[in-house]
Amino acid sequence: MIDISKRQRIGIEVSIAHAEMVRLCRPDGIAAYPITPQTHIVEHLSEIVADGELDAEFIPVESEHSAMSTCIGLSATGCRTYTATSSQGLQLMSEILFIASAMRCPIVMGIVNRAMSGPISIWGDLSDIMANRDVGWIQIFGNNGQEVYDLTPCAFKVAEDHRVLLPIGLNQDGFTLSHVVEPLETLTQDDVSSFLPPYEPKMRLDPDNPIMMGPVGNVEIFTEAKKVHDDALVASRLVIDEVFAEFGEKFGRNYKAVEEYKTDDADTLILTIGGTLGETGHVAVDHLREQGKKVGQVLLRVWRPFPFEDIRRILGGRKLVVVYDRAISLGGPGGPVASEIKTALYGQKNAPPILSLIAALGGRDVRWKHIVEQVEQASKDVGTGKLPDYQMVGVRE
Amino acid sequence: MMNTKPTCAELELGAAVITPGSAREYETGDWRSFYPITDEQKCIACGVCWIFCPEASRILVPRKNKGSALTPNFYDFDPKYCKGCGICAQECPTHAIKMAQEEI
Repeated sequence: MIDISKRQRIGIEVSIAHAEMVRLCRPDGIAAYPITPQTHIVEHLSEIVADGELDAEFIPVESEHSAMSTCIGLSATGCRTYTATSSQGLQLMSEILFIASAMRCPIVMGIVNRAMSGPISIWGDLSDIMANRDVGWIQIFGNNGQEVYDLTPCAFKVAEDHRVLLPIGLNQDGFTLSHVVEPLETLTQDDVSSFLPPYEPKMRLDPDNPIMMGPVGNVEIFTEAKKVHDDALVASRLVIDEVFAEFGEKFGRNYKAVEEYKTDDADTLILTIGGTLGETGHVAVDHLREQGKKVGQVLLRVWRPFPFEDIRRILGGRKLVVVYDRAISLGGPGGPVASEIKTALYGQKNAPPILSLIAALGGRDVRWKHIVEQVEQASKDVGTGKLPDYQMVGVRE
Repeated sequence: MMNTKPTCAELELGAAVITPGSAREYETGDWRSFYPITDEQKCIACGVCWIFCPEASRILVPRKNKGSALTPNFYDFDPKYCKGCGICAQECPTHAIKMAQEEI
């Protein structure tokens, strides 16, 4: 375990770093079921609880459906609540995810992104979270170990803010991020405690003041409940920005809903979500810049609520935007992220041409050279009518 | 009791119900498309319908025609809560209950 009395610069596996930060956030309850590649997180947390380093209920359950159901129970009684999952586990939780957000339970969940079977795969892509895009949770992405570590207390702070009270999924790429040892700067218990005060529930189950949470919402109120939920999710963006700003002020590391890399004078942008393509994209951009090409990169950190205004501001007027998705909407518009980007830009006067590329599915390696080649090819095709709506790349046809 | 047709602003967080015991104020009778008609001459007030009714909507009421009655009361339905499922009509040992369609 990390020494939590002083800030350090250490090398640590990202899963373990995340679990260590969850410990500093002092959750009251954790219910989880182990699944690759999330396993190291919950294993480490169970050790932390067993060793008496964290005064929390660690509830091992028999499935992810039970894990999320238990988390709702914990949260409803006023506990700061944490869980983590991946892939099939997230999908097994899926029906309960809708309920957690509709009941406004500020649960924080680490999601270690992994491909949905089949064929059976334990390797990384974003098909798990993209299949759960519409569950009404705030969904954010950490692109490297430091980000996953820093975004963990931010997630609790945003979720538990009384203007929000929504669950948050903190996503990190499976294996290529979760299992990698990275250098990162730690925070102390005092740091985290000063940033993240104890959770004050707005509403909780209490025998002395009986209420019913999660009741039937018949025809008379269902539409109103959905409208309130949507409004709350959209409005959470304000709090996300505030919390990121406060974190930056306190600890000197600044995060934004949409991150930009060398975009100022760029005529061409690549847009990525998740750490694997995010960091590889940086290297590709650097190489393209060395060739004198004005290429920049946009990284989506906040996926829900979707940052429409930022996307319009940053992408508007560019010559070409290449969007990388690590998931595909089969029989649909191609990449789910590209689909959202197109929605944001539809009808805008300065909307750029968008190329949706589907890459790095099920752990398939994408190297900076591939991105360079793809951007160069797209730059040739743009304006010739050859640019496809979407394309799976790195595929043997 | 909460307004049964609240606006967004009137909903509690997560559509929670914060008034204990308020379920009794939710009248399920408007779900009904059939309603039970009890022939009080055939009803022996045995209470089988009362036992089977899932909504506790079988209630004892005074008979109108007391002369032919075995008991002073018979079982009729509570229109506030009866959903019209017809279980009472199915279970009645003297076939005293018939279901009839609600008219709009």
